[in-house]
Amino acid sequence: MIQALADGILTGAIIALGAIGVTFTLEIMRFANFAHSELLTWGAYIALVIVTFAGPGTPTGPLSFGWQLLAAALIAAVLTGLAAWAVDTLVFRRLRRRGALPLTMVFAAFGAALVMRHLIVLVFGHESRYYTRELQIAVELLPGVRVLPDQIFILGLALAAMITLHAFLAWSRTGIAMRAMAESPALAQVCGIEVDAVVRLTWIIAGALAAFAGVFTGLTPQLHPEIGFNLLLSLFAAAILGGTGSLAGAVTGGFLVGLAENLSLLVISPGYKGAMPFLLLLAILILRPQGLFGARS
Amino acid sequence: MSHGVAPHLQVTDLVAGYVRGLPVVHGVSIEVDRREIVTLIGPNGAGKSTLLKAIAGLIASEKGRIRLGGRDVTALPAHRVVSSGIGFVPQTGNVFTTLTVHENLKVGAHLVRGSLNERLERAYALFPPLAARRPLRARALSGGERQMLAIARAVMADPTLLMLDEPTAGLAPRVVEEVFRQLRGLAEAGIAVLMVEQNARAALGVSDRGYVLTEGKNRFAGPARALLDDSRVAAAFLGGR
Repeated sequence: MIQALADGILTGAIIALGAIGVTFTLEIMRFANFAHSELLTWGAYIALVIVTFAGPGTPTGPLSFGWQLLAAALIAAVLTGLAAWAVDTLVFRRLRRRGALPLTMVFAAFGAALVMRHLIVLVFGHESRYYTRELQIAVELLPGVRVLPDQIFILGLALAAMITLHAFLAWSRTGIAMRAMAESPALAQVCGIEVDAVVRLTWIIAGALAAFAGVFTGLTPQLHPEIGFNLLLSLFAAAILGGTGSLAGAVTGGFLVGLAENLSLLVISPGYKGAMPFLLLLAILILRPQGLFGARS
Repeated sequence: MSHGVAPHLQVTDLVAGYVRGLPVVHGVSIEVDRREIVTLIGPNGAGKSTLLKAIAGLIASEKGRIRLGGRDVTALPAHRVVSSGIGFVPQTGNVFTTLTVHENLKVGAHLVRGSLNERLERAYALFPPLAARRPLRARALSGGERQMLAIARAVMADPTLLMLDEPTAGLAPRVVEEVFRQLRGLAEAGIAVLMVEQNARAALGVSDRGYVLTEGKNRFAGPARALLDDSRVAAAFLGGR
């Protein structure tokens, strides 16, 4: 039971990182980006390329990797952010400019997702990859609760990223401008805010957080071309559960979805784990369609 | 109005609309000088709001020229129009309801580099009711307070031209008076004020000059007093006498 809670929190942190990007895209660009999950995969593989050349580093303390992997994750975050923006420039922005219908955007996103996923398969193949072959021994955090030191580290990094983003949105003038544009692009422009600049920044933040989520997924324990895709439903369930547009919502949603997935294992067979985000999503849409933090009717 | 020098805002033969080839404004020319309030009146669909949006850069102009302080701003996108000195208060959705009063003012000065403290204090001094509402989200404000916030937000960027689309719509008479008094103060401080008003008689009462637009074209123009006294204008556009 407590073990499932611990696992749920760890999965939840990763889902939350991805869900933040989904909710930002929904709020600023106003479309459901079903290709967002592929950004996790891209981030994970970009970090893999860097690690392949630079090495994962000598294990530091109880961790299975050294600073090189962290540096790789940071570089992957920047590159994935730029990749997200590039996909927008190539596909989504053109459609937005033409006033594409929401359904068109959804299909375009699915198309972009397929292309992005298969590019990874083309280059890296289907087989599983590892950042590091170091074996890790789980530590007993509480009686009966075993976690890997890597997992604790990941949770800490994920929380730090969320707190940094929160501070940025709450205090910085650029953060306030982003929130302003989320509410009203027309009024934001009248205030001198450049829509394209905010869109670019949004993609970079969404892509960077997705890359972190991807690297963290790949670390525990392996990466394969479907690591992002397998989280797609969980990301959307978390974003919708939290109420779109709210950072706190996406984070809370992420943790709740992670917990629900892992706690469900106590009562149902692991084979059905994949259905949990779907069930949650259904329950949210029926009981509280605006999400936990959503204000809109 | 003209003192031999070019007027601050000079709109010449402007053609603009929401869809290219289907203009709503069919060649309107207006001028506004600093220190004066100019009101646009006319029936619904006359193109008054469209004209303001075109000047603000929110919709593209198909023909004609918009000059501000001698500089051509016709083709500038909205976010660049702001830095040329034009402040715009739209009719609806003119404050960010999810942001606090303080954040709304900060967003208004988005393009201003460096510390905003002095400007923020000046805005609160100009609109004292806002000072007490500083940490509240704008959705918690009354209609009059929202309008004040919308005007204060636009003034944060230090515009030389302030445009307002129906600034008194839906406000109580006492608040209407207060809004007009504020606009008078801003004009006296050197700003050119251009507004669209349904409340035509009251608006002309505080204005220096006015334009009557119909069907996207200039119909009448003149000093506010003269328009108020003109029986043709009064009968058709001021709701009779």
